[in-house]
Amino acid sequence: MTDSLKLHFTINGQEHHGEAEPRLLLVDYIRHHLGLTGSHVGCEHGVCGACTILLDGQPVRSCLMFAVQANGREIRTVESLGTPEAMHLLQEAFHAAHGLQCGFCTPGFLMTLVPYLEEHPNPSEDEIRHAISGNICRCTGYQHIVDAIVLAAQKMNA
Amino acid sequence: MTTRYFGQRIKRNEDPRLLTGQALFVDDVNFPDLLHVAYVRSPYAHARIKRIDVSKALERPGVAAAYTAADLGDYWRVGPLLVSPPPVRDIVFNERTQPILAKDKVRHVGEGVVAIVAESRYIAEDAVADVVVDYEPLPVNVDVRKTLEPDATLLHEDLDQNLAAHVIQHKGDYEAAKAKADVVIAREFWYDRGTAAAMENRGVVAQWDARFQKLTIWDTTQAPVVIRNGMAAMLGLSESQVRVIAPFIGGGFGPKIMMFYPEEMLIPWLAMKLNRPVKWIEDRSENFYTTTQERGQWHESEIALSKEGKILGVRDVFWHDSGAYDPYGLTVPINTQCTLLGMYDVPNYATEFKAVFTNKPIVTPYRGAGRQHGVFVMERLLDAAAKELGLDKTEIRRRNFLTPDQFPHNHKIIYQDFTELTYDSGDYEPILAKAKEMIGYDEFYKTLKPQAEKEGKLLGLGLVCYVEGTGIGPYEGARVQIQANGRVSVATGVGTQGQGHFTSFAQVVADQVGIPPDEIDVITGDTDQFHWGVGTFASRGAVVAGNAIHAASKRVRQRILDLASEEFNVPPEELEIGNGRVCVIGDPQKTMLLGDLANKANPLRGAVKPGSEPGLEATDYFGPPMGATAAGAHAMILEIDPDTMMIEVKRYVVVHDCGKVINPLILDGQVHGGVAQGLGNAFYEELVFDEQGQLLNGSFMDYLLPTALDVPRIEVGHHETPSPLNEMGVKGAGEAGAIPAAPLFVQAVEDALRAGGIELEITQIPLSPKRLWELVETTKAE
Repeated sequence: MTDSLKLHFTINGQEHHGEAEPRLLLVDYIRHHLGLTGSHVGCEHGVCGACTILLDGQPVRSCLMFAVQANGREIRTVESLGTPEAMHLLQEAFHAAHGLQCGFCTPGFLMTLVPYLEEHPNPSEDEIRHAISGNICRCTGYQHIVDAIVLAAQKMNA
Repeated sequence: MTTRYFGQRIKRNEDPRLLTGQALFVDDVNFPDLLHVAYVRSPYAHARIKRIDVSKALERPGVAAAYTAADLGDYWRVGPLLVSPPPVRDIVFNERTQPILAKDKVRHVGEGVVAIVAESRYIAEDAVADVVVDYEPLPVNVDVRKTLEPDATLLHEDLDQNLAAHVIQHKGDYEAAKAKADVVIAREFWYDRGTAAAMENRGVVAQWDARFQKLTIWDTTQAPVVIRNGMAAMLGLSESQVRVIAPFIGGGFGPKIMMFYPEEMLIPWLAMKLNRPVKWIEDRSENFYTTTQERGQWHESEIALSKEGKILGVRDVFWHDSGAYDPYGLTVPINTQCTLLGMYDVPNYATEFKAVFTNKPIVTPYRGAGRQHGVFVMERLLDAAAKELGLDKTEIRRRNFLTPDQFPHNHKIIYQDFTELTYDSGDYEPILAKAKEMIGYDEFYKTLKPQAEKEGKLLGLGLVCYVEGTGIGPYEGARVQIQANGRVSVATGVGTQGQGHFTSFAQVVADQVGIPPDEIDVITGDTDQFHWGVGTFASRGAVVAGNAIHAASKRVRQRILDLASEEFNVPPEELEIGNGRVCVIGDPQKTMLLGDLANKANPLRGAVKPGSEPGLEATDYFGPPMGATAAGAHAMILEIDPDTMMIEVKRYVVVHDCGKVINPLILDGQVHGGVAQGLGNAFYEELVFDEQGQLLNGSFMDYLLPTALDVPRIEVGHHETPSPLNEMGVKGAGEAGAIPAAPLFVQAVEDALRAGGIELEITQIPLSPKRLWELVETTKAE
């Protein structure tokens, strides 16, 4: 064990001060120290995308980063998007199009898509499939996810 | 009755919590004094354990304990046999189940040898590296046929060979049929292993409350009630002292119905022993070795036909790879045996299999559960027969369909539920016709394919048929209760892993009690809420639990009518239920909220009639006499790049008959997901073991799961033949998408290559661009 290092970052709009061993993964810190369990761990080697969060607005794999590497940065997790009573437009679209089954991979898809749709307000189906090709879903066969994204884009532009 | 919810495309009740990160998964369970477990696992596929030294690990700060098999004392055990062998005559079955921790020897890579318990997972994993285990490697068996050779090293040394089971079943007289046949076609087939790869790995958290004398277990299982009963028995507790919660589960697909995994047996015992909550969460690497896998069958098959293409008989002899142990009995190979018959009238069938032990991870059902092997064999044989006889591939199938007047159809062999395999209902010609119409079969061969050939494109079409035995017994149950606030609670014993039970079950209830589905709270997977049941497997949730819920809801409806009839002093026929109320027809003043009626039915004072029960509540059960047989046809058009052998699926059509459909939106999702897994199995996914039983591609970098770029858009058509076995007329649908994808895929590939003048026959699955390229090159060279 190595001595803990100080941590200071913003998470979902809140300033956070804490400490962590240098080797502690960011996703473990977010899930088990901050109690934000919406980000999921599917593979721990950066392939499945279930742990995707936004770091300074960009999607990153929180299983491939140490917590201390987030110092001074701004983190957003799925918990920042909406609540069950007032969901984000993208979450509403996933709900409407049946874009999730077990829901384990879903937070990673959402966090990949939030910045993507801001940058690409009118994606084609082919572009959508490329955009989510780094996130694995084992339940849906992706079709309803693609439909949800098309729907979200339509609503965002309306 | 106002709105009918059964059959509607209703959005799911469970979504908002899942979408906002509020849903509880097993790894989200946390306690301040939680201990964490990491395993020392075998690096060898077959070895004797000569010495284990955990002293260094115990010296590490933060390590609470380390357990070897010897340290477990009387608690050391092997898991129970989950499914006993079916009552087939002269069956041989050698029960050898997995140990809680390996003792004396290890039989596959990844088998648990030492469990380290520590204050954090990081420390536990550090301490794994501190443990010294001396192994004496033994010769390894990986080949399903070689493992039975006389000089093969025995996995289980008390047996005289590595035979797990030998089963022979007969219908009619195949040899006599063969003697009369115009055409006999014999082939060999190999179907290799894959993994379910649910996005959530397995996990167990256990907490023993000594003051309350109660054990709570959070488990990623598909069968919480069975886990509860088993753990109570193992730990010497009453069933009522154990609560098993299967919360939201991140995908199951079969391996999470396997019981009892070694970790499931150990973690609760540790929590009691150490009197602290204990958590174990599998990582992806462990998942590749310790979560059960499927497939791995070698078939030697023969079909006998008349010159008109009528099947006279089929003979199939196969070797089934069980892996190192056989805790799930013979469900997978029996499914293969039975599902091979498909939609067809096969008057004579000789089928025999040997299940064998190999030094590889255990095989138990994974979506399809052996059915796809049978379908692969039969559809491939029919393709070969069609070619031999010069028949169209759809015509040879049509000529052999069971006809509607042949149902119920008894195939006279024993199925996985121990009854004679009997199809309850079916009507197959319309399914085939619809699939041909949707894919544009005639147009494809008349126009599209010749056009593509002119342009030098390799375009091919596939079309295959299958059945899916679903909704088997023994039973499920449910309790339906109207709450004082007007919402309904529905509790059932099955677990749920994304199938939409929170919604489809609510739809079933809604129609009876007149309360919309979004005001109905379905509780699954909590044994303190409902403690009878079996589990979610064999596409049975909607059929078996669904019908139990339907029965309980009907009783609640009757109770509403009886009580309101007394309340308003009118006969029940003059009452109407809807919009959360019961009222007298034509008298708007006489109305009552169901929540208020529920309250009234639970008085605090006053006499209650003898024999009456409080509340608006009912519990009921459903057990079908046998499974309901769903059926379908899949069709696809694909194009092959002649240089890279990469394949683009242009169109994919599914026509499926699962009887009455509760929620078509959810059903479509089930079909899409199944097809994606089936395509993965056909072209992308394969567990590659070397001769030492080492997995060469045990990560998501190397084991290719289909991405959004690989799975095509899937067009779904429905045909509806209601099951006569249950009041709702439903059949299961969970596995249908996955079952026929492999034979479909290879048939389309052969069709496409034919356009390039390459005649080949694919008998092995999974295929890959590399294997396809090799096959094509070999064919060209010949």
